Amino acid sequence: MIPLAWYLIFAAAVFSIGLYGVLARKNIVAILMSIELMLTAININLIAFWRYSLDQGLAGQVFTIIVFAVSASEVAVGLALVISIYRRFKEISAEDINLLKW
Amino acid sequence: MSNLIDQTMIIAILPEIGLVVLIGLVLLFGGIWKGKRLKGLGWLTAAGLGVLIVLSLVFAGPQAENQLVWGNMLHHDWYGLVFRLIFMLGAAITAIIAMEYDYGQKSEFYILLLTSTLGMNLMASAADLIMLYLAFETASIPLYVLAGFLKREKSSVEAGFKYLLFGAMSSALMLFGFSLIYGFTGMTNLADLAQAVVQGVFPPSAVLVSLLLVLIGFSFKISAFPFHFWAPDIYQGAATPISGFLSTASKAAGFSVLLRVMFVVYPSLTGQWQLILGIISGLTMTVGNIIALTQKDLKRLLAYSSIAHAGYILIGISAASAFGVGSAVFYIGTYLLTNLTAFGAVALAGEKTGSFAVDDFDGLSRRSPGLALIMLVSLLSLAGMPPFGGFIAKVLVFAAGVRGGMLWLVAVGALNSIIGLFYYLIVLKHVYLYLPQEGAPKLTFPKPAVATLALLSLGIIVIGTLFSPWYHWALNAAQNLF
Repeated sequence: MIPLAWYLIFAAAVFSIGLYGVLARKNIVAILMSIELMLTAININLIAFWRYSLDQGLAGQVFTIIVFAVSASEVAVGLALVISIYRRFKEISAEDINLLKW
Repeated sequence: MSNLIDQTMIIAILPEIGLVVLIGLVLLFGGIWKGKRLKGLGWLTAAGLGVLIVLSLVFAGPQAENQLVWGNMLHHDWYGLVFRLIFMLGAAITAIIAMEYDYGQKSEFYILLLTSTLGMNLMASAADLIMLYLAFETASIPLYVLAGFLKREKSSVEAGFKYLLFGAMSSALMLFGFSLIYGFTGMTNLADLAQAVVQGVFPPSAVLVSLLLVLIGFSFKISAFPFHFWAPDIYQGAATPISGFLSTASKAAGFSVLLRVMFVVYPSLTGQWQLILGIISGLTMTVGNIIALTQKDLKRLLAYSSIAHAGYILIGISAASAFGVGSAVFYIGTYLLTNLTAFGAVALAGEKTGSFAVDDFDGLSRRSPGLALIMLVSLLSLAGMPPFGGFIAKVLVFAAGVRGGMLWLVAVGALNSIIGLFYYLIVLKHVYLYLPQEGAPKLTFPKPAVATLALLSLGIIVIGTLFSPWYHWALNAAQNLF
């Protein structure tokens, strides 16, 4: 059987790639995708932990399903906001959306 | 615990059931009412929340200590109830202020507001990591939409998207922390987790990492340093009543989970997180107050001031005692009233004149003496002047800090209050001492909003003079965590 640590390293790597994407990407759709990547990494983490751990119940699976549902609604709201940004700014690059700053 | 639904379980979620019913009603009447009658939606929301507050006070009081209901998912205790009352009060006031404007004529606005309140209510009583996460997102996602609600205005749309981005990122970091907690212990119930931490099932290094990740998520919600940078942008871009709601109810919700998780899951690490929170607190108030000094826009200024207030509240928490938590809860309640009044007054004046620049508030006392007086009360209370509520609240958190051995932090807090006083007085100087521009007309405001704000100002003075019953409530709530 593949050791648990491999899954955790994989999840941590995916999570870090997502975090890097959120901080470094310019295109706001790409930023949303990076957030999804972070949440996917968490799902891998949860499922791997559930499969290998002492948990007799289904908490890990339930948690994963809830994370799925939440991330879907988050991305739905995110895309709606992307559309309204595109309508106002005619632009989806994060660098040009900078009205608010001190 | 039986599988059947009994009376206690229903009573425990009475406010939430009421909120769902109210959401249905708003949806229904939003479809039936047309034109001018749509303003009634704001009344419906506020009145419904008022009824819910009274009902929960009368019926939803917990009978036993630390009762767990709904399959150990929710607590039924005073702590949760006090916070739920605070959130519902905040939402009611926001609805009354908002109903005068275009966005307040839409049922979606109130539905989102109520859904977010529902999420906050569940946050305050969550007893399980899964419930906590779900409630956290139920409270946050409607707020992303509300921040971007003025979809014809560039700044509002931008604020909504930025809020979503930072919110989703920080909640993902928090969730990564949750997944580690679950992974190392195999449990999700908060009280069981505390046992696991004590018994050493949970390796100490992993505990610390999970603690830090979870703190990131909560610091974002309460806009504490270094996750405060979103607040000014979003408060400036969003509709002003929503900025008020974000800076009070949403922040209070963040504090409610922060307190619960710190004291229930990590009591064995009190020494460590006390220091971490103390440092965050000192930095938060210093950064908030110093940047506030340079602000020209009143909404941004209030945003930085609300960051600074998160720092003061953290003093009470880092004292790590029942007294400290009680004074923090008291501070949160007082701050909710005060800041909603300040944001409400700024919303009324700013929307009327079309500008939120501090210079455009010159001579407001001549143009509208009543509103100027309301601003005076709220800003002086924010600055911590007697006889207003803000003074008592500050004294209590500072006293808790001294008793908890955080003398250096209290010294930083006291210095910060002086900086705070300075910029609040600058705003009041514009309002009271400067003359209005030539030919500026007198301002008249919608009566219900002004009456509410006047009532709130009165409330601030009442809290500042007759504080013991309210403080008793806060202390009662705090007792549940120990």
